[in-house]
Order: sequence, then C-alpha cells, then structure tokens
Amino acid sequence: MRDVVIALMPAVIVSILVYGWRELMVLGVSVASCVVFEYLITRYLFKKESTTIGDLSAVVTGILLGMNLPFTSPWWIVCIGALFAIGVVKMSFGGLGQNVFNPAIAARVFLLISFPVAMTRWEAPQGVFALDAYSGPTPLGAIKEGLMNGSTVQDILGEGFSYTQMLFAGIGGSAGEVSAIALLLGFVYLLVRRVVRPHITLSIWLTVFVFSGIMWLCDPSRFTDPVFNLLTGGMILGSCFMATDYVTSPMSVKGGIIYGIGIGLLTMLIRYFGSYPEGMSFAILLMNITVPLLNRAFHQKKYGRA
Amino acid sequence: MSKLTTFRIGGVHPDDAKLSRACAIEVLPLPQTVYISMAQHLGAPAKPVVAAGDKVKTGQVIAEPGGFISAYVHSSVSGTVKSIAPRADLAGRMVTHVEIAVEGDEWAEGIDLSDTLASEIPQDVPAMLECIKACGVVGLGGATFPTHVKLNPGPNAKAECLIINGAECEPYLTSDFRIMLERSREIIVGAAIMQKILGGCRCVVGIEENKPEAISAMEKACAELGYPDISVLPLKKKYPQGGEKQLIDAVLRRQVKSGRLPISEGAVVQNVATSLAVYEAVQKHKPLITNVLTITGDCIPVEKQHNYLFRIGMPLSYIAEYAGGVPEGAAKIVSGGPMMGKAIVNLDACTVKGSSSILYLSAAATRRGTESACIRCGRCAEACPMGLEPFLLRRLALAGDQEAGLEANAVQDCIECGCCLYSCPAQIPLLDIIRQSKAEVMSIMRARAAEAKAAAAASSK
Repeated sequence: MRDVVIALMPAVIVSILVYGWRELMVLGVSVASCVVFEYLITRYLFKKESTTIGDLSAVVTGILLGMNLPFTSPWWIVCIGALFAIGVVKMSFGGLGQNVFNPAIAARVFLLISFPVAMTRWEAPQGVFALDAYSGPTPLGAIKEGLMNGSTVQDILGEGFSYTQMLFAGIGGSAGEVSAIALLLGFVYLLVRRVVRPHITLSIWLTVFVFSGIMWLCDPSRFTDPVFNLLTGGMILGSCFMATDYVTSPMSVKGGIIYGIGIGLLTMLIRYFGSYPEGMSFAILLMNITVPLLNRAFHQKKYGRA
Repeated sequence: MSKLTTFRIGGVHPDDAKLSRACAIEVLPLPQTVYISMAQHLGAPAKPVVAAGDKVKTGQVIAEPGGFISAYVHSSVSGTVKSIAPRADLAGRMVTHVEIAVEGDEWAEGIDLSDTLASEIPQDVPAMLECIKACGVVGLGGATFPTHVKLNPGPNAKAECLIINGAECEPYLTSDFRIMLERSREIIVGAAIMQKILGGCRCVVGIEENKPEAISAMEKACAELGYPDISVLPLKKKYPQGGEKQLIDAVLRRQVKSGRLPISEGAVVQNVATSLAVYEAVQKHKPLITNVLTITGDCIPVEKQHNYLFRIGMPLSYIAEYAGGVPEGAAKIVSGGPMMGKAIVNLDACTVKGSSSILYLSAAATRRGTESACIRCGRCAEACPMGLEPFLLRRLALAGDQEAGLEANAVQDCIECGCCLYSCPAQIPLLDIIRQSKAEVMSIMRARAAEAKAAAAASSK
C-alpha cells in the first residue's frame, strides 16, 4: 500500500500545482476523513482493540477519492463520499480484502448520482503558478454537449484541446484527469516494484484503442479518435490505479484480461452512446460485479490434473 | 544465456545463500557414544537385532527391516551396545535408539575401504538390489524412502528415465554440491548401476545453474566414464526445482497424476547422495552409515561454516560443539533448508541417514511479520508449484469445509514447499494451516479407502 501512495504522489503534486490550495483541501479532507471513519468504525462499531489504519488502505482510498472529485467540491461532499467509501463499500463487507467494489470508485459514482451539479462543475485550472490553461468543461463533457448541439467532433476539438495539454497538465477535470504523464510515471513505478501486473491495464487500453479506432474510422465526425479516448477522463487513473486493485479484480491473468476488455468496452459504450460523458467509473463498478464469477471460472492450472 | 529447463508451474526465487560452498568436506572425529535411531527411513521402524552388552563392528547390522517398506540399520562405529531405549529425536518424538559406546574403529569384514574407483557395472540385477537393501540405502533427498523398493517398481511398470537430483534448490545447503564436486565419478557410477537395475533406461543428472562447478565436474566425470545415455542437464535456479514432481516436469515435461507415483510417468528420481550411497553399497559393500551435512546460517561467519562427513548416530550437540558451539545470534536452529527444514527443538537428537544440515538462522531471517488481511493479490496461487490456490485453501480450512472444499481443491496435492508462505505480502501463515488441513483431509481419504476396501471384501464373501 505504501508503494501505491508513493506512485500516486506525482499526480497529486501536479494536481495541487495546477489547481492550487482548493485541490489540496479536497485531497486532505478526503484522506483525513477516510482514515478517521475507518478508525471509528473498527474501534467503536467492530469493537476491535487494534485498528487497520496502519495498513494505509484508507489513505489510498482517500487519495483516489480526492483525485476523482472536482477541486471545487465542498468539504462536506468529500466527507460524505469518504463515509460511503469506507463505511458502506468497505467496512460493511468486513473491511480490507472483503469488499466487492472499489471503495473510491463506488463513492465517486454515489456522489455523481447524488450531487450531479457539484460533481460536474469543472472550473478552469487556477494553479499556484497560474499556468496558461484551458478554461471550461472537460474534453469529454465538451464532446457530449457539442454533439448534442449538432457540432462535429472535429469542430469541438478544434476549439482548443491538444494532446500535449492532456499528457502534461492543463485540461479541465478532476485531479485524476489532469496529467496523464504524472499518472503513468506512478504506474511504471508500481510495475517496476512488481506491485501490479500490466495485463489488466493493457487489455483496457487495447480494447479502448481498437473499439474507438473502428468507430472513429467509420465516422470521425461522430466518434472521437483512439488517442483522445486513451488520454481523457478517468482512463489513465482508472486503468492504472483502480481497475488493478487486487481486492476487486480477478486473480488469474485470463480473468484479468476479460475483466479489462469488459471495462474498456463498457467505458466506450457509455462515452459514445450513454447519457454521461464519461463511463470509466461505471465500467469498473460493473466489472467489479463479475470478479467472483471470473475467479470461479479461471483457476490456476493444477499440477498433474487435467 | 539460453533458456534453461525448469518446471512449468509456480516457483519462487529466494536468495540461495550458498555461503558454505567453498568449504571442502571434512571428516568428523568419532564421539564417545552414538545413538542410532531405528526410524531413520520412511516406513516401519527397524527391529534391533543386538542386545545390550553386545560387541559390534563398524558397518555391522544392528537392526532389520520392520516391514516391506523399511530398511536395515547398521552400526556406524565399533564398540559395545550400552542400551536399546527410547530417546527424543529432532522434533522431540520418542524413538527407539541403540546406544553404542565407541571403542576404536574396527570395520566389519567384507567392506572395501579403499578409494579406488570401481567403475565396472555388475550384471546381476537381483544381487545388486539385494546389496542395496542389505546396505540400508534410503533416499537422501529428504523423504528417506527405501531405495531398493523404489528401484524395483514391479513387472508392470517401465522406467523410461532415471533422474539424478542434484538441484539442491534449498537455500544455504551445500552438501550435495560438495559431493558433486568431490565424488562426481562415484555418483555417476552409482547412476549407471541404478540405470542397469531399471533395465537400461536413459539417465539425466539435473543440476541448478547456480552450481556451475558441479555441472562441469559432473559433465567431466560423465565424459571420462563414458557410460551410454547418461547426461548432465543444467536447470534454472528456481525453488523448488529439486522437488520430485517439479524435477520430473522440468526434465520430462510430464506431470505425475495426483496420488500416483513418479513411475506411472516412467520416471525414477534419486538424489545425488543416494547415488553415491548406491555406489558404495554395490561396489564397496559399504552400508549407509555416513552422509554429508552442512553447518551454515546467516549468523555465523563463513570461516565457521563447514561441510562435514558425519556418521549416523552422532549427537547434533556434539557436532555443534566441534564446530565451535551454537553462535550467539542464532534465534532458530533448523535441520534441512530454510524453506522446508524442521526446527530442531532438541539438540541432543542424533544424526540420521537423511541429515543434511544444522542451519543457524538469525532472528531477522526467521522473523514473522504481523499478519494482515488477505487482499486477494493472488501471489500465493502464482507461486504454488502444484498450481493450488493457497488463499482459497486457507479460507476453506477456516470454514472447516474438508471434503467438498479442501479435498475438491486438492489440498492433498500440497508438497509443503512453503512457496505460498514465502510469497504472501500480508504475512499470513498459509503453510501452517494448509499443512494441518492436508493431514486431516488425507486421514479422511485413507479412512474412506479402508471403508471401501472392507465393503468390497464383505460383498465378495
């Protein structure tokens, strides 16, 4: 878990630099309330002598939740999200290792449905260094809205989303969407430290790339291109840090690949045809449900048994 | 480097820590008294054929096999039998031991003590098997299964490959490495003898790549002796490469079916030390009363580490004293390697045929961290060389689900290699609970088999 915290640091630092003190507050409140809720629940509800906050899993959930929220989120929304993540999604199933859903993702979806306005108010980055940045909605939001108003993908993207912006920093969105490079740096660290294996992430990317590639080739005015889809929204954060969560992902490599394909497909279906601009969190959540089935279907090959 | 042969499922890569690899084999002087165990082989304990007061010579039979799967035991010294009484073994279990007061070192007649290499392979197979049995040879790779039984699989079984196990995949241990360097030709002759007994199958000597000196020494011995169809096969360094089932998979690309013996896949596996014992039994008529053990560990300096040629029945405390005493920093003393070895609870226990080490481990090396929750990372399932799912077995064990759960998920296939425990980031003592449930499930299976047999017998009447 400590490695995951370290791996998330580049993205955390970039997001604070880009969005300023309000981002720091969102992350701070998120981490602190996750830890406090976990402490209170283990201590006073489970009545355990020792608490599990030392395993840092609540800290990871806190950082991930914070990174999934707009930096303009009021503190009480963050607190409610943390209570849902820790209290409902994690501890009510028995704590670390027992939960079916990824706590941070489930809490984000919960907040998105409960407080749709606050959760989709993306203000322009106003970082400590006052970076020259695009102001306005997220690229995915802009696409969804533009297409509904009858514009083409090319027109909307022509208004000023560049891949370099998406790669480094400066597009509108939550902290987890701000810089693909910072997130990838952390992911490479996790791979090098052998904390995660790459198969789930790669199968998500490949699915997104192939599926959106086919659609884009069919009609580039209605469907966004593969690179755009890989770099925007919660794609990188979700595929590198949330879909790879041990507890809520399949244990076998085969199961993991199917899980990744499912996440990639669902994300793209929601992005292209759904009413929400982004589908990553829904996709992960929906595929979380299949994990027990995938674990049942794909076992380790046993020695000397057909 | 080319891709080396290895087993296909699981495995871990612990630091091999072969600290004592440069220590040549030294002969331990005789103690004043030896205590020879009657249960130093798999199967029924041997029955003593001497009585207190008897004079015995080195190499003389002091106990006969107590059943079909059992072995002769010989005196490792000359002297007077003092007593035949129960005595605690390594684990503190009481086992009958023959106590002999050492007087000189007079060997029994017919034993060839010369160093000349006898490389001509005898042709009389039954006589060779008899010789191996009479010399009390047992498998020295860990299981101590009587060798004459393993080499005589019966008329319906055909051995296709004899695998000589020189993997020595356990960290720290170097006794097999040293004999492969110092007794390479004898080991190859032993292999050729077993090859002859098994009807002339091919023979492969498997050695892990971290012992290049042993590989070249054994290859040289092979070339010099020129027996047909014996070759050396370097293996990848991966634990448990020397596990019988893993080695068969690595060498033959075949897997022994659950509950079956290696011979069902045409394989016979014998350790290098066993091969040496077979050589000495057949060519020199020398019974198995010596073996090599390693004194090693992470808390003793290299100059205090040794590979000793010991005689069976020497108290471990005597060997430890001779080697300079139990080191200060030793938190745990282990017999065998750090992965599968057993903690020595009783240093007054004595060496047996299969003794391989006195391993002193520091507190840091044996530390068990605080157990935390299983996060289903799947490392244990990836590491298990039998393809089992230790996390699942643990859950089933905690739920007490024996037949439908544990047995259906093959807990009985566990080889207790410790890879799951080694790989668990949550420090869950997986092996402890799995070993316990394996024993329970196997006793249920045995009871069921016995019941079925009784029912069949009743219905045929």
